[in-house]
Amino acid sequence: MNINSTRFDGIPAINGASRDRVTLRKTVISCIVLSCALLLTVVLMSLVGSERLPLRPALCALFSFGNAQCGLTTDQFDILFEIRLPRILLAAAVGGSLATAGAGYQALLRNPLAEPYLLGISNGAAVGTMMALVFFGANEWSRPLLAFAGALVATLAVYRLARGRAGATPERLILAGVIVTTFLSSVIVFVTTLMDATRIRSFTFWLLGDLSGSSKSLLPLAIAIAVSGTAVLTWNARSLNLLMLGERDAFDLGVEVSRVRITVFLVASLLVGSSVAASGSVGYVGLVVPHLARLSLGSDNRISIPAASLGGALFVIIADSAARTLIAPRELPVGALTALIGAPLFIYLLRRI
Amino acid sequence: MLEAQNITVKYGERTAVAGASLKLSPGEMTALIGPNGAGKSTLLQTLNGRIQPTVGSVTLDGQLLETFDRRTIGRRISVVAQEAELRFPVTVLEFVLGGRFAWAASGAWGWETKRDVEIALEVLNETELTELSGRLMNELSGGERQRAVLARALTTEASYLLLDEPTANLDLSHQTMLLGLVRNRCDNCNASALVVTHDLNLAAQFADNVLLMKEGETIRTGAPQSVFTAELLQEVFGLRVLVDTHPVTGGPRVTPVHQTHRYH
Repeated sequence: MNINSTRFDGIPAINGASRDRVTLRKTVISCIVLSCALLLTVVLMSLVGSERLPLRPALCALFSFGNAQCGLTTDQFDILFEIRLPRILLAAAVGGSLATAGAGYQALLRNPLAEPYLLGISNGAAVGTMMALVFFGANEWSRPLLAFAGALVATLAVYRLARGRAGATPERLILAGVIVTTFLSSVIVFVTTLMDATRIRSFTFWLLGDLSGSSKSLLPLAIAIAVSGTAVLTWNARSLNLLMLGERDAFDLGVEVSRVRITVFLVASLLVGSSVAASGSVGYVGLVVPHLARLSLGSDNRISIPAASLGGALFVIIADSAARTLIAPRELPVGALTALIGAPLFIYLLRRI
Repeated sequence: MLEAQNITVKYGERTAVAGASLKLSPGEMTALIGPNGAGKSTLLQTLNGRIQPTVGSVTLDGQLLETFDRRTIGRRISVVAQEAELRFPVTVLEFVLGGRFAWAASGAWGWETKRDVEIALEVLNETELTELSGRLMNELSGGERQRAVLARALTTEASYLLLDEPTANLDLSHQTMLLGLVRNRCDNCNASALVVTHDLNLAAQFADNVLLMKEGETIRTGAPQSVFTAELLQEVFGLRVLVDTHPVTGGPRVTPVHQTHRYH
């Protein structure tokens, strides 16, 4: 890792190892390698947990996609397919969504520190989810929908607040994020006090980012949004490459700036909304993963966005597996672990300013 | 032909440009000069549709500019702004290849073709940046970055070049090199250029036409010889100047005479 110490525009410029021009071939190879790693991790992590599963039968059952029991007891089979695998897949969807959204916000806002959790966008989605729980408790689909609405409102609020007379500076954006975060946190506290005592504990866990209470019915939606969101942002990656170097220049070079901006805002809000509705606010994924992607593969969004998506899935699967096994049979909220890794990185980046 | 007719731009109550008209014809280089706050940059930005005029219209080959989509405009009109924001590391080659965006088959997804890379390498050679092509933009000096910004604009192969103070950060030899390159595009590729500059002598040396502005008003347009007169420049800039004939080019040469001059 080599971080350039030159001060420039108030933001650390991270110089990756790779200075070769990014090509389609390099992108495809990187994505294939990451996909293989992801598949391997899904298999490995579904074997790890507080309940030990016999290795060979479990692998056999996994590769039959649940069609053969392969000598597992019914309990073991259910643990594998009803509990562990859905949770791992949801972790993948959440990680992929958050990392992609982070990469999108960073490019669009020209700010390497932009991240859904730090900008208060996750909190916006959390307020939306709570509203859905309070007002439409029975309807599961209302949660991602209102979470999306909440994320979008928070995004627009931060964006408006960050634009000063001199334009949006990185520091101003983070300050705007702090204001939105604290405001929405107090809204969350108000709503929490209306809940009964037993729900408060599980709710606090959920707020910190928790995959243990995840519902299986939202899993297909979360995966679909993660995949299509990544595809849409990757599709706009070349425009984002120019937007990263200034809105004015991008406009001059032929980018439909307002169309791309609206697309990224909508897609990123959708990604954050669906992952918060499923697992609460898992923080710093959108900061850590895109930075690692850029460090290792360069800052061309055509490679860093799909790589961040796959890497985010990997990161949250591993973090969540650690969260459910480190102090088994008790569990940590996964958000506590990602923040444990992410906050020091943020401080490190901030110290370079 | 890129033409601005009777452009007025107002920012709220303030009039930045008042009734300016301007024509960029193939092969011609126009210099836009005037004191700070004269409305030069505003006028330049109306020419690629970045700023909408309050009154008046901009036409490209006789057709209203706003009827073209951004990518078409990006292929026809190229802008050299003062400096790029660099918060993410990009190499000089990647940066310059950004100029090929408008030529991609799709408006979004796409990869640079072999030809795109060839054009970029050729321009890097012209702007003397070949050796720096693998360096990161934020490792370059101000002048080198400015040349990279010009290189990106030339890589678009646009026939209209709009340059906003392109020589501000450059040393003497690179000022001449940069404007020489633009002049060369006008002479050999039928391009036309509009250059906002504070360097009257460079303007006199390279431009076919000069448009002199003050407080949004067009004071005079014409060949450098007719615009660069001592009386007119004194009126516009509020400073006594000496205008004589340049010993080499034969064009006008402008020398400011400072009030607190040190006489020897």
